[in-house]
Amino acid sequence: MPQQPREQWATRAGFLMAAIGSAIGLGNIWRFPYIAYDNGGGAFLLPYLIALLTAGIPLLILEYTIGHRFRGSPPRAFRRMSGPTEAIGWWQVAICFVIATYYAVIIAWAVRFVGFSIGRQWGDDPEAFLNEEFLQVAEGPGMVSSYVAGVAWPLVGVWACTLLVLAFGVQRGIERANKVFIPLLAALFVLLVVRALFLPGAAAGLDAFFTPDWSAVLDGSVWVAAYGQIFFSLSIGFGIMITYASYLRRRADLTGSALVAGFANSSFELLAGIGVFAALGFMAASSGIALDEVVESGIGLAFVAFPQIISAIPAGAALFGVLFFGSLVVAGFSSLVSIVQVIVAAVQDRTGLRRVPAVLTVGGATALVSVALFPTREGLYLLDVADHFINQYGVALAGLVAVVVVAWVLRRLPALQAHADATSAVVLGRWWRIALGLITPVVLGWMMWDSLATELGENYGDYPTRFLVIAGWGLALGAIVISALISLIPWKRGMDTGTDAAAGSEPGVPGKGGR
Amino acid sequence: MSVGAIAMMVIAMVIVWGGLAGAVALLRRHPDRPGEDAEPDS
Repeated sequence: MPQQPREQWATRAGFLMAAIGSAIGLGNIWRFPYIAYDNGGGAFLLPYLIALLTAGIPLLILEYTIGHRFRGSPPRAFRRMSGPTEAIGWWQVAICFVIATYYAVIIAWAVRFVGFSIGRQWGDDPEAFLNEEFLQVAEGPGMVSSYVAGVAWPLVGVWACTLLVLAFGVQRGIERANKVFIPLLAALFVLLVVRALFLPGAAAGLDAFFTPDWSAVLDGSVWVAAYGQIFFSLSIGFGIMITYASYLRRRADLTGSALVAGFANSSFELLAGIGVFAALGFMAASSGIALDEVVESGIGLAFVAFPQIISAIPAGAALFGVLFFGSLVVAGFSSLVSIVQVIVAAVQDRTGLRRVPAVLTVGGATALVSVALFPTREGLYLLDVADHFINQYGVALAGLVAVVVVAWVLRRLPALQAHADATSAVVLGRWWRIALGLITPVVLGWMMWDSLATELGENYGDYPTRFLVIAGWGLALGAIVISALISLIPWKRGMDTGTDAAAGSEPGVPGKGGR
Repeated sequence: MSVGAIAMMVIAMVIVWGGLAGAVALLRRHPDRPGEDAEPDS
């Protein structure tokens, strides 16, 4: 099958919107505020910014450069860099597959909660409403016993919208959608934060969030938390940025784009921290409970604490709920599109399939697995364990392996730096190679060691060992094994080469001269 | 809010949001050259 001409972003702004839309996801809203509060409050800013500059932005530049120089989804880009590293690319694709299956479910919950907000249908006990009435969570993890229609149908809708956007392609689908999503998300969230700031008790919430505890800066675990937050929130380590950068024009400013995307992601996180803690301050004040007892993260923050806050708001409660859950939907959806695009692009690169058949088969298969496993009474347990293991031993481990291989095994950082410098206004110095060759591997290695030590000490979430072995370790190791096997299948002649492969043979941008 | 919290809030806003504004300004000063597109895959 002949290769198709590679798609391209219509504008640089379109690429940036898509990259920012991918980076800004649920974690920015429900993870960062808690992590910052729990790790020194205002003092967390210091390790956080250092992590952004020494790991986050350097990794973004690395992924943009790999994607731009080798012009492919992760398997093809890594294969063009060095044949045996193709498996790393498939590993990232497998991670995207797993994440997409459960990430869509959370967006489906948020869609339903937009509607629930209008009549505050969770009543006086949002936790019981979430677990018993809405999700109908089973007593414990196990085989799928029955489906929950209230989750399944919106999930089908989320997948239909995702595949529709992807079917329209890079320019007419992903780019156009993100040009709407990002301004919409910004508008929704600014309105939400402004309303939250005028709630009684908001100042106390912000005081708790920003008051610095400088002793935290001397605590190693706080630094690990800062690097972890930067790593997980920037959508790095699982091939999205490699894929998106492969659609850039030849003379795209890679370093400048990474600076904008990195700071945009952190800007939204800061805004989310302000909004969430202003709301939590109000919740503490209105319920008479100390703020440290109401602080939560993740699903508990979004689907239990926020409904409590919404119910307590004296005026405009429904609007506040629509703004909050609408923001979750938009932030999550733009990230989901980018995650599934990695899988679609990898299969297109590998088989030469056109976009629509690739979206229907690959995206359809991902959707099918998602709908089969997660809108069930046991789905929440599976989601929790899959999320934990695929992040710790998928995203972070694949990121660590990729950085070590590129920096130390292949020793390609100088060539990649030359490529980024040839197209970018800001010239990378030695700091970039130190950040990627030394700081990032050490910190990610430490994170991995720390996580493994905890894992082996006690069962994650007190789940039964058998369940963790199958749904956790099995999933994480399965992704590695399947990736290795796929990488062994020989490519058809011409599928992994072409004029763009030649672009990877020399540093810089061949055939177009210097800047 | 305490003085320390207000100070950290202002510093965070200036560095993070200022960093974004600076990065956008830097990128706008260096527009991509039009007409220098990638060739097709094959």
